[in-house]
Amino acid sequence: MTAVMSERPAARTVPVDDPTAHLTDADIENIAKELDALRERVIASRGARDAAYIRRVIDVQRKLELGSRGVLVFSLFPPAWLLGTLGLSAAKIVENMEIGHNVMHGQWDWMRDPKIHSTTWEWDNVSPSDQWKRTHNGMHHTYTNVIGEDGDLGYGLMRVSPDQPWSPFYLGQPLWNFVNACFFEFGIAAYDLELRDSLTDGRHKTPEFRERAQRVLRKIRQQVTKDYVVHPLLSGPSALHTLGANFVANLVRNLWTHSVIMCGHFPEGVDTFEKSSIEGETRGQWYLRQMLGSANISGSPLLHLMSGNLSHQIEHHLFPDLPSNRYGEIAPEVRDLFERYGLNYVTGPLPKQVASAWRKIFLLSLPNDAAERVDRVLKRFWPKWLRTA
Amino acid sequence: MAFVAAPRRGAFASLGARVARLAELVTTPVVPSDYLDMLSPLRASADLRGRIEEIHPETRDAATLVIRPGKGWRGHAPGQYVRIGVDVDGVRQWRAYSLTSRTGRADGRISVTVKAMPDGTVSNYLVRRARTGTLIQLDQATGDFTLPSPRPRKALFLTAGSGITPVMGMLRNAVDELADVVVVHSAPRSHDVIFADELRHLATSGRIRLVERHTDVDGMLDFGQLGGIVADWTERETWACGPTGLLDAADQRWSDAGVADRLHTERFRPTVIVTGEGGQVTFSQTGTTVDADGSTALLDTGERAGVLMPSGCRMGICFGCVSPLRSGAVRDLRNGEVTTAVPGDGVLIQTCVSAAAGACDIER
Ligand SMILES: Cc1cc2nc3c(=O)[nH]c(=O)nc-3n(C[C@H](O)[C@H](O)[C@H](O)COP(=O)(O)OP(=O)(O)OC[C@H]3O[C@@H](n4cnc5c(N)ncnc54)[C@H](O)[C@@H]3O)c2cc1C
Ligand code: FES
Repeated sequence: MTAVMSERPAARTVPVDDPTAHLTDADIENIAKELDALRERVIASRGARDAAYIRRVIDVQRKLELGSRGVLVFSLFPPAWLLGTLGLSAAKIVENMEIGHNVMHGQWDWMRDPKIHSTTWEWDNVSPSDQWKRTHNGMHHTYTNVIGEDGDLGYGLMRVSPDQPWSPFYLGQPLWNFVNACFFEFGIAAYDLELRDSLTDGRHKTPEFRERAQRVLRKIRQQVTKDYVVHPLLSGPSALHTLGANFVANLVRNLWTHSVIMCGHFPEGVDTFEKSSIEGETRGQWYLRQMLGSANISGSPLLHLMSGNLSHQIEHHLFPDLPSNRYGEIAPEVRDLFERYGLNYVTGPLPKQVASAWRKIFLLSLPNDAAERVDRVLKRFWPKWLRTA
Repeated sequence: MAFVAAPRRGAFASLGARVARLAELVTTPVVPSDYLDMLSPLRASADLRGRIEEIHPETRDAATLVIRPGKGWRGHAPGQYVRIGVDVDGVRQWRAYSLTSRTGRADGRISVTVKAMPDGTVSNYLVRRARTGTLIQLDQATGDFTLPSPRPRKALFLTAGSGITPVMGMLRNAVDELADVVVVHSAPRSHDVIFADELRHLATSGRIRLVERHTDVDGMLDFGQLGGIVADWTERETWACGPTGLLDAADQRWSDAGVADRLHTERFRPTVIVTGEGGQVTFSQTGTTVDADGSTALLDTGERAGVLMPSGCRMGICFGCVSPLRSGAVRDLRNGEVTTAVPGDGVLIQTCVSAAAGACDIER
């Protein structure tokens, strides 16, 4: 499962399970050339249509959020509660995924609209945007799926490859993962703050860390005040129902984003990489790592919107700063490139990918030999519709 | 969470402040105005914007836009310009345009007149592609290319091409307050003269003396012969606006005659004299690094890389583009002067007239 992308001298030794073993240096350079050209094409054609797209998404999201919060003022009535909660959940998801995540990637910076710019955007999430940008854009996208470097890979709490030594701590990882999913935005905030590492190496005493921690606390306070104090108070007699609605909407958003993100790098068929394998990596090898380290989700336009187009995780990882509405458009070309170079384009419907990711997390919580035995049993009972083709 | 106590400006003001604060608590992480902008983009408290309500062709390549400014518009003095931000092919572009309308129009609207430059991004968009109803970004009017009061006894307006625009703004507003006006205007041919009918009408009705020069036929204005056209030009308070060549020649002629203080010029673009080697430019706040040549303004370099660069006149007069140079070297394109900085120096530069003179780091 772990791929090693080593240098490729004429007589190189590649591990048997290296999915790139059949590629020559020239192949890899050609892949880079093709992808660079594709990127340039999209950049040259960015224009009014794309700008109109993101403005429309923002407009609809704001109306949905405002409308839903308005309906929730009457959340004492069950239909209003249901409608408002659904709407607010959807609004929060779109805000975090299709808007926040992508704006903060700089996908819309080319428009030079200060209201839709990576340096000015703040999102509906407890992690302040600049801290998130640092860990997400700087670390995850650079070190995608490199064990020990890419913190998104299990957030430092989970065993993500059978090559990692097992310890009893990992028995709990399905539970950690579930708890992390429920409170995902707080998990992200702690992770962006590098809370765990800072506590262990003493960095938590530095003024720099304190300053950042204070900003996280302030952001938490603002978010909590909005969702759990002001909005409920404005709902008068419906206060408690509105409070509940906000809690559910945050929970739904957390579970959804966590699932989508898990589908991006965890499902079966996605590779992880050794630290040593990325030393001296060429641009082509970097592209290759993004291609093999990401997985897509297939589905309807609504799914793509709600996943912030992270359903096109492969395209996103190849070109993190292209406008999200373009990922779907270039996907057929990217897939064709995978096929021509004999690479595995991992994709599948959401339930299948989520199940596949959870299964992996569960199996890796066990020592390798036990996992193999359980896997054999699981295989027999695994529902047909969740099986990989 | 406690409400911030508003200063005592009467119960109403403090109530307003409280409501605003409450609204902020609800709309965080965005601000209430982001929602209000969806309903009422031209309201008084919004960022200043305008809506293009009419577009009138003036010549083959020039058009006048009638704009309804937001309620926050504070008016202008004739001769001043306004900065306009338009989205061309999805990209926000800011340019300066002289106001050509009467001040204090009953309908509250303003107008600018734009001449399409060959390959010009914004001017071509405004002249040929813009549609009525389009929302644009505005800034308050600014500029000191204006008439003094009391008005001068004798005035000369020396213009060429689109340089007639600020002068038309002055004439429309103040021609009746000026006793003796000469307008010397150059354009390639008769049909290229912007506001031709209006100018000729002012001339025939005796309110101005108009000297039209059609340079395709008559050749460029020769400043040596100026006395033959306007005998008393040295006595006249003069406003000149047009291409760089015209303004440079006028500057020279007026200072040679020792009357430089009578000449007021408005330049539409900076005079670039010195360029050199470029370098790698880092925009450290955005985290972007690009290679730049020694002749491209850092403002353009940054904008092309999607960095949010503040800007103004784009020609070195308004200081709207000033940005910190964290480290490295930049060259002033107007005089070749090189400015260097190391972190901590806090050096500020005008990005619209500075180019890279080696590796540099701009804090944007
Ligand atoms: C204070 C001020 C007032 C102005 N008022 C007016 C006005 O009333 N009406 C008007 O039409 N313009 C006016 N301008 C000029 C205007 O701001 C733009 O520079 C102009 O419209 C060209 O912009 P663009 O985006 O079309 O060209 P760009 O895409 O920026 O440039 C395209 C090409 O044209 C060249 N170029 C740019 N500007 C000029 C110029 N002025 N003369 C010759 N070549 C140029 C560039 O070097 C480039 O090669 C004013 C400028 C200033 C600073
Ligand atoms: S933009 Fe006006 S001085 Fe630079």
